[in-house]
Amino acid sequence: MNLNFLDFEQPIAELKAKIEELRLVGDDNEINIQDEITRLENKSRSLTESIFSSLKPWQVAQLARHPLRPYMLDYIERIFDDFEELHGDRAFADDRAIIGGVARFEGRPVMLIGQQKGRDTKDKIFRNFGMPRPEGYRKAMRLMTMAERFKMPLLTFIDTPGAYPGVGAEERGQSEAIARNLKVMSGLQTPVLCTVVGEGGSGGALAIGVGDRLLMLQYSTYSVISPEGCASILWKSAEKAPLAAEAMGITSERLLEFGLVDEIVEEPLGGAHRDLDLMAASLKKALLRNLEELEALPQEALLEQRYQRLMAYGEFNE
Amino acid sequence: MVKYLKGDMPMSWFEKLMPSRIRIEGGNKRAVPEGLWAKCPGCSGILYRAEMERSEEVCPKCGHHGRIGARRRLDIFLDEEGREEIGAELSPADPLKFKDSKKYKDRISQAQKKTGEKDALVAMHGRLKGMDLVVAAFEFDFMGGSMGSVVGERFTRAAHVCLEQQIPLVCFSASGGARMQESLFSLMQMAKTSAVLEKMSQRGIPFISVMTDPTMGGVSASLAMLGDVNVAEPNALIGFAGPRVIEQTVREKLPEGFQRSEFLLEKGAIDLIIDRREMRDRLHNLLGILTHHPNDDSAPQTETAE
Repeated sequence: MNLNFLDFEQPIAELKAKIEELRLVGDDNEINIQDEITRLENKSRSLTESIFSSLKPWQVAQLARHPLRPYMLDYIERIFDDFEELHGDRAFADDRAIIGGVARFEGRPVMLIGQQKGRDTKDKIFRNFGMPRPEGYRKAMRLMTMAERFKMPLLTFIDTPGAYPGVGAEERGQSEAIARNLKVMSGLQTPVLCTVVGEGGSGGALAIGVGDRLLMLQYSTYSVISPEGCASILWKSAEKAPLAAEAMGITSERLLEFGLVDEIVEEPLGGAHRDLDLMAASLKKALLRNLEELEALPQEALLEQRYQRLMAYGEFNE
Repeated sequence: MVKYLKGDMPMSWFEKLMPSRIRIEGGNKRAVPEGLWAKCPGCSGILYRAEMERSEEVCPKCGHHGRIGARRRLDIFLDEEGREEIGAELSPADPLKFKDSKKYKDRISQAQKKTGEKDALVAMHGRLKGMDLVVAAFEFDFMGGSMGSVVGERFTRAAHVCLEQQIPLVCFSASGGARMQESLFSLMQMAKTSAVLEKMSQRGIPFISVMTDPTMGGVSASLAMLGDVNVAEPNALIGFAGPRVIEQTVREKLPEGFQRSEFLLEKGAIDLIIDRREMRDRLHNLLGILTHHPNDDSAPQTETAE
């Protein structure tokens, strides 16, 4: 079993392995097996297309958490120039689960904030699995107000299982740190463009997610609680996570239907991790277009539009 | 929460040791008419029900604050005259057609039957010792006081009345957090309620948040922690992650008093702990100062003011 492929992708993995084998054989063999390789590649492509055309929400959740999924730093490198990471909340610590800093985006200064997960075990622990503590949110808030001060648009990249549920995090006011960000972002006097690039885990995601536009990568997810958390409360078993994922409507497609998300950024065939450069290029395009639209608005109109958008959230009977 | 005595309790080892003529048998308890007496979960004292009601469900012996519903809360807090409910016409929808072991629709009707409320927040325009203000209170018995679209909208409408009339807002929260059955709609209520509070801050209209037992998750991580003054009732459980979730993460027992009001006060998360029986006087004083009201004892007083 190839660990870089998810359960439901195993048939694709098998085909890919076969193609690799043929390629190796092809090097030291006179028989022309190119035709066979092409045939298998086509087959692999159509197999991938068919598998990915009808993904279940739980499968999308797994893609959003894929170990090879591109993270914040992968995008920064490919989309922005002159990035300088800025550290610390000026009060307690620097939270490595949230990255922030200034950069240039097609020439214009911007502020970037996003959660960062780790690749290997050591890195994962260093990044606390992308689960911020209050100091992370407070660093983010410091940088948000700095963006406002220096008239830089704010671009955020959401990718977290959620805010860290620890003793220290509670002692230092996790709730207040999140709440404060929601409040500040709603009135921030600069364009705010938010993108869910992986997991949008509840309040910990929203704490950097209040803005003028909300974009989602095609196979990212956004939910009020993790499918496992929801399942263990409502179904009394975390193993019912696939059912919870279904019921909560966590996919970009569903959320676009509900009008909670403004735009879906299409991912390469097989997911963002199968072609990082292509993914970054389409994300860059989407960001640029949205940002230009927001920049064209006078400040007052921008803030009024943001406010009305926030006030419109909710479905009820009257 | 005051529990009525029911049936026998298992004997403790100590009770078993006692000679039977000293021991008070369970039968004795059975003789207590149900509903007339209540046992305090704080000190286990047996209390006269009517007395508890008079003291607003605060134990006169140990000061334990029992949970109270939204209507009762508004009733004991507001002056009798001039109450007007805000957003009463709103009722929950089911945009996701959510279903777990039970349909969300059924959970709603069950909660409505149980509480007599349409959803988990009640908001009223009214007066506090003559001072015009808006007060919102969470109904914990309605699906754990969870915040969905109706709660968010009612809170927002309440705040908009404050913005229009330039009067203060007080909110008594009691909630397990965001309502899962409305999924991302619920999460977005955190943004919505925080945004309206930002508007209030910009206009210099005070918001006092009173956190009661329990105030957790998405409600504490939005409107509840955003008071110009954050108040808590004594010994209320207040936090972001639930104690069980934290225990599973850190794999150790949590310290005594963790996430309780007194702990939050010590850590600097809240301004004050106020006894329920003093709530009217203290909030009236605070709001009077924040809104530059003259300290005028001739201000109209109502019978409910004690």
